[in-house]
Amino acid sequence: MTNAAEQIIFERSRPGRGAYSQWPEDSEPPDDLPPALRRGRPPLLPEVSELDAVRHFTRLSQRNFSIDTHFYPLGSCTMKYNPKACNTYAMLPEFLGRHPLAPVSHGQGFLACMYELQEMLKAVTGMQAVSLSPMAGAHGEFAGVAMIRAYHAARDDLARDEILVPAAAHGTNPATATMCGCVAREIPVGPDGDVDVAALRAAVGPTTAGIMLTNPSTLGVFERRIEEVARIVHEAGGLLYYDGANLNAILGKVRPGDMGFDVIHMNLHKTFSTPHGGGGPGAGAVGVSRRLAPFLPVPIVGREGERYRWLDERDLPQSIGRLSAFMGNAGVLLRAYVYMRMLGREGLARVGEFATLNANYLLARLRQAGFDAAYPQRRASHEFILTLKRQAREFEVTAMDFAKRLLDYGYHAPTTYFPLLVPECLLIEPTETESRETLDGFVEAMVQIGREAETRADLVKGAPHTLPVRRLDDVRAARHPDLTWKPAVP
Amino acid sequence: MPFIPHTEEDVRQMLEAIGAQSIEELFDEIPATLRIRGLDGVPEAMREQEIGRLMTARAHADGRPLSFLGGGAYEHHIPAAVWAIATRGEFYSAYTPYQAEASQGTLQAIYEFQTMMASLTGMQVSNASLYDGASALAEAALMAVRAHRRSKSQRILVPANVHPHYRQTAVTTAGQQGLKFESLPYDPRGGHLAAEGLVPYAGQDVTALVIQHPNVFGVLEDVDALTDRAHAQGALVIAVVNPTSLALLKPPGEWGTEGADIVVGEGQPLGVPLSSGGPYFGFMTTRTEYARQMPGRIVGRTVDLAGHAGFTLTLQAREQHIRRGKATSNICTNQGLMMTAATIYLSMMGPQGLARVARTSHARTRDLVAALARLPGVRPAFDRPFFHEAVLRLEQPVGPLLEQLAAGDILGGLDLGAWYPELGSSLLVCATETKSDTDLERYAGAFSTALSAVRAA
Repeated sequence: MTNAAEQIIFERSRPGRGAYSQWPEDSEPPDDLPPALRRGRPPLLPEVSELDAVRHFTRLSQRNFSIDTHFYPLGSCTMKYNPKACNTYAMLPEFLGRHPLAPVSHGQGFLACMYELQEMLKAVTGMQAVSLSPMAGAHGEFAGVAMIRAYHAARDDLARDEILVPAAAHGTNPATATMCGCVAREIPVGPDGDVDVAALRAAVGPTTAGIMLTNPSTLGVFERRIEEVARIVHEAGGLLYYDGANLNAILGKVRPGDMGFDVIHMNLHKTFSTPHGGGGPGAGAVGVSRRLAPFLPVPIVGREGERYRWLDERDLPQSIGRLSAFMGNAGVLLRAYVYMRMLGREGLARVGEFATLNANYLLARLRQAGFDAAYPQRRASHEFILTLKRQAREFEVTAMDFAKRLLDYGYHAPTTYFPLLVPECLLIEPTETESRETLDGFVEAMVQIGREAETRADLVKGAPHTLPVRRLDDVRAARHPDLTWKPAVP
Repeated sequence: MPFIPHTEEDVRQMLEAIGAQSIEELFDEIPATLRIRGLDGVPEAMREQEIGRLMTARAHADGRPLSFLGGGAYEHHIPAAVWAIATRGEFYSAYTPYQAEASQGTLQAIYEFQTMMASLTGMQVSNASLYDGASALAEAALMAVRAHRRSKSQRILVPANVHPHYRQTAVTTAGQQGLKFESLPYDPRGGHLAAEGLVPYAGQDVTALVIQHPNVFGVLEDVDALTDRAHAQGALVIAVVNPTSLALLKPPGEWGTEGADIVVGEGQPLGVPLSSGGPYFGFMTTRTEYARQMPGRIVGRTVDLAGHAGFTLTLQAREQHIRRGKATSNICTNQGLMMTAATIYLSMMGPQGLARVARTSHARTRDLVAALARLPGVRPAFDRPFFHEAVLRLEQPVGPLLEQLAAGDILGGLDLGAWYPELGSSLLVCATETKSDTDLERYAGAFSTALSAVRAA
């Protein structure tokens, strides 16, 4: 981590400087383009040498936390180690150079990987068919709810426009319902963290399109009455959507298809360890039960004998259609493929076990150290929630203050203030790739911060102190947006 | 165990701390009826050495043909430094920069990206990327409905010369909310959209007109007249542009009297590998007044407690994690790393380098079209200027010709027959700065041979 401020790249710019060896040989100015269509003033791009650019962006990278440098117990995000081999073998020159519209004669190797990835994802989720085309979790959610709508429409069951979501759901769930022209309706969660089944029973009816559930839920506990939930929704004519954000918890133990889900998305950038890239790209493959298979988004990889080919609208005339210009985040999918092959059936089954072991160990240690679990009577899944409402009341030190102070100790903050149901909460997900020593170090830091909260509350409230910047003025950022750099007026 | 560091002793002590007898016991809240035993459908584990061998063999099978394909994804030189830096663990394995103090590197890169894209497109504000160009068009249509408060029709006019996959994606995505996409015919001689095409809509409530420039045929549009006509009829203008072309072509912010309102496009040409179609990134820029209607993340510069400058995600009241069902979009994960790569690419190219890429790609395509049009039975399909791809009309079916070329490891272009049957036998070709004189000669030679062979057959 470097704390030295880094200039904006435009401030390094000098007219006439450049990374010359990257530029192609010049051509004559075109004489066939009408002057009215030509650009006058050149765009504001930096004029810097190759070394300037390399140094600038390398230094910027050093102003980030990352999995490669820090423990990142970010609940709901599954920040596990991203094996380097996945990157290396997805970036072989032939894969990188392959054009999306290249004929399948020049793509059998790539398509074989995609086909086998589809098959493996079916096996681990218990679904009947998979499309790899959604590019992120929310994109997969969109595809899933669009398929649910298409299914009802195909049956002329047109009044179903309500999507049920538990009160603790990810924000993407209700936002997806809106994107799909549906209305989201919240179902309360009981005091034990499970969905309030009586409220669900009262909510379902002829307008129910479906329900979106995460299991284990965003509260870090397994929805124990899932079979009953599935029965209630199905009997009311609705379908079940599985938000795969927490699939890591149950890999090899239980499958969404067996729980009764009709459609799921998988965050390959969580469960199957493709990198988060500072915000993306991810991949949000969707899996469906037999009755939704005709509606899958295209394209999909099919196999005929020993040959692979794309299946499109001609093969799936009821498909919800195309979600992007090409086939989705192919390079991310290749990384997930390599990861799944390296772990194999034994390794994938261990993921859920050790993610759960680490979470329960970390929870046990933190409770022994005096922290309060939000659901102390429940078994943790791969993540759990602490509530700091006692510390907030006694010392006026909030969950956000704890989170910011953890950065000073070299730990990325857990997820804060989500789910909104739990006051002053930290949602903590250690993942299976972290060692016991790392978890112990995190507990030690939490204990230290707890002591600081009692004795030197200002230290915690003013954190972080050791990062490139102190706490930022978000209100000013929103009230007076400064969204682009502007040259000083001479 | 692969990527699990626990020793047997660790497991024993950890279970003891938990108070459990076995790892199995930790799953005791899952109904027994649902439990599975093993993942039989997944093959056994491979070591890194073995998967390396398999992947290398598969990559080799796909080969490295000489490609003249465009159609929405373009082969350009990518400086070695771009991905050497973008794959540094600090960028590659970081999360979304919600904890701003621990993410200043990514946040500053986004701020620089926003600056570059706003200027390149001639607009005031940019977001931090969307999934790809096609999904960005879908989001732009939804945004136009929010931004254009007076328009109630949710009608979006989309010329038939907008990339078919973009049109399909827009319908799949925005059609769910009831937006209506209406097709406009293109001029059969020029391949462009004639401004007169908008006349039938005069006096009607139209939310927006989409202009792709260059369009799917590579042809340049009459952007000034189209923009002014759309605005005069009370519609917003959504521009779909190729970012490389903007080093040479007038940016959408300067189209007509008032400029385009929302600009989107595919960012792939800016340092992102072809990679079978993704990951790429969509970009979106707009006017300041519409900033709060944008989907996706936006970074702002502000100050910290000590008064020092710093960067943070801002205007988040638009986003799903705050507004839930009332957000501008459900997008969360975007294509951050590709955007980082593009920022590095644009820094190394600068205004001069990017202009050279654009000029040379344009010149190469002109050379290619000239060479092919000299062959018997081959002529340009349209008579208007193009950027770096063009349509050729042939007297014989394109399919067998492309197969013959592919057998010689040349991808000769895109058969437009499936997308535009009315064009007859037509081929979309593209040449960028990556193609040498020798490459063009090899292609023209093979093309000539294939023409004769197919004619004889």
